[in-house]
Amino acid sequence: MIRSAKTIIGLILTGIMLFPVYWMINVSFTKDTDMRADPPHLFPWNGTLEGYRAVIDQQMPYLGTSLLVGLGTVVLTLLISAPAGFALAKLRPRGGGALSFVLLIAQMIPGIIMAMGFYAIYLRLGVLNTIPGLILADSTIAVPFGVLIFTAFMSGIPDELINAALIDGASKWRTFLSVILPVSRNAIVTVSLFAFLWAWSDFVFATTLDGGGDHQPITLGIYHYIGNNNQQWNAIMATAVVASIPATLLLILAQRYVAAGVTAGAVKD
Amino acid sequence: MTHDVLTRVPAETTVGTRAPKKQRNWAAWAFLAPVVVYLIAFYAYPLYRNLDLSLRDYTVRSFVRGDAPFSGLDNYREVFADATFWPALLHTLAFTFVSIAFQFAIGLALAVFFAQSFRLSATLRALFLVPWLLPLIVSASTWTWMLNSDSGIVNTALAAVNIDPVNWLTSPDWALTSVIIANIWIGIPFNLVVLYSGLQAIPAEVYEAAALDGATSWQRFWRITFPLLRPVSAITLLLGLVYTLKVFDIIWIMTKGGPADASMTFATWSYRLSFGNLLPEFGPGAAVGNLLIIMALIFGLLYIRIQRRQAQ
Repeated sequence: MIRSAKTIIGLILTGIMLFPVYWMINVSFTKDTDMRADPPHLFPWNGTLEGYRAVIDQQMPYLGTSLLVGLGTVVLTLLISAPAGFALAKLRPRGGGALSFVLLIAQMIPGIIMAMGFYAIYLRLGVLNTIPGLILADSTIAVPFGVLIFTAFMSGIPDELINAALIDGASKWRTFLSVILPVSRNAIVTVSLFAFLWAWSDFVFATTLDGGGDHQPITLGIYHYIGNNNQQWNAIMATAVVASIPATLLLILAQRYVAAGVTAGAVKD
Repeated sequence: MTHDVLTRVPAETTVGTRAPKKQRNWAAWAFLAPVVVYLIAFYAYPLYRNLDLSLRDYTVRSFVRGDAPFSGLDNYREVFADATFWPALLHTLAFTFVSIAFQFAIGLALAVFFAQSFRLSATLRALFLVPWLLPLIVSASTWTWMLNSDSGIVNTALAAVNIDPVNWLTSPDWALTSVIIANIWIGIPFNLVVLYSGLQAIPAEVYEAAALDGATSWQRFWRITFPLLRPVSAITLLLGLVYTLKVFDIIWIMTKGGPADASMTFATWSYRLSFGNLLPEFGPGAAVGNLLIIMALIFGLLYIRIQRRQAQ
């Protein structure tokens, strides 16, 4: 009896918390003519797909760019952070502690400041408004986190496994590729998921480094919509719904990795 | 589990101990070479460029050509004397501390609630993560429409209980409150998840013993949960501070720091100086940015210190 009461309270709390998400979906189906109805329609009775038609007509290139930038960021992040994690966890060189400290500090630097530095450099190099430029900048959000996750995870791999490979005559590089990486699947998934999600969601780097580009990510697609004077809120919210798909998929398909990623670095177990 | 692993001095035997120590070091740094090059090229260099920007007198032309004269701390003096400085500092602190206070309190209450096992508790807890995972532009634009003065659902709800409509985003009295509300909503999941995993670490026997002694649930919270959760709370709060100080997206998308600078923080001010005007002021923009770094680093170093002390 008390238990089911708690479930009901839990449902109500979750409902309150997720109301803005519901409202986004509701508005995305609302007709332009009903948009300023008073009181607002709580449910999209005789709704419209206009907003989603606008997404298909206008936002596809933006979504494509975001997908490309996200995947590029994942690859770059993995290439840099996995070997580093292995070295810090298992080879433990002199100076490794100092490097870990630098990575912790790096995580704390506000993105807007990184963006200004990147802007000055990119302007000189002529890589403003290019996709590789944006991928590089976006990866700075994920690389320190990636090294952290890989180091923590790989510390848990038994030394015997590695020593066995070394005794068999495998080089360290070979050991890393064919022994360490295959057993580090969970860490690879966690880092990839977050690198993708952060690159997909990035607004700061996109607006500073790609604001005038031919290929802009979806965050700028939404931002341009909001900036328009004849604001079509069903189209804006429909785009927002579509832009939320990766986050939703992530939560459904990889919930335990998500929770692991959120708590990593904040809590010891 | 993570930070202390990174920084722990190796005590046990490590891989390849049979190889000479020097050789092992070389191999390790070969694996670390990409990240070291990366950190220098894409962290240190942009930060150096930013510092350089803040110490020179830039115009658009000299920005492109890179021959701006050195001007010492002039940009910083200009920033300190600017009419925006004190309001922006005040808003930054208010935004950060009010957001953190509510995120933490609500997150803790929810964590305690969800720590009781009931049907669907795991699923509902997972759903609470949604606001944290959504792209900030999605959350910010949704809140912008919900807080719309004429057609927003929030004012409709207020009208239902006979409260006059509020000009959330267009009145200088309410703009800062509005962005804080949106930011609290976004930050609750992080606090909930981290505090929840902290709660899981408290042994059930402690509660059982307290229950045997006849402690009420209120006493159990203040005498057991709260004190035992202190280490995790400290980490959560400090990490929250570092993250919240640098919030830019939400404020810029919802209010652009306005109206009349009413929600201008250091992050948005820095951006506006460098990118928001037709005539960019890169020098002062970078100076404001560097002040923000110093604020973040103070809390950041405090965080690392506490983290390490707990690891010992």
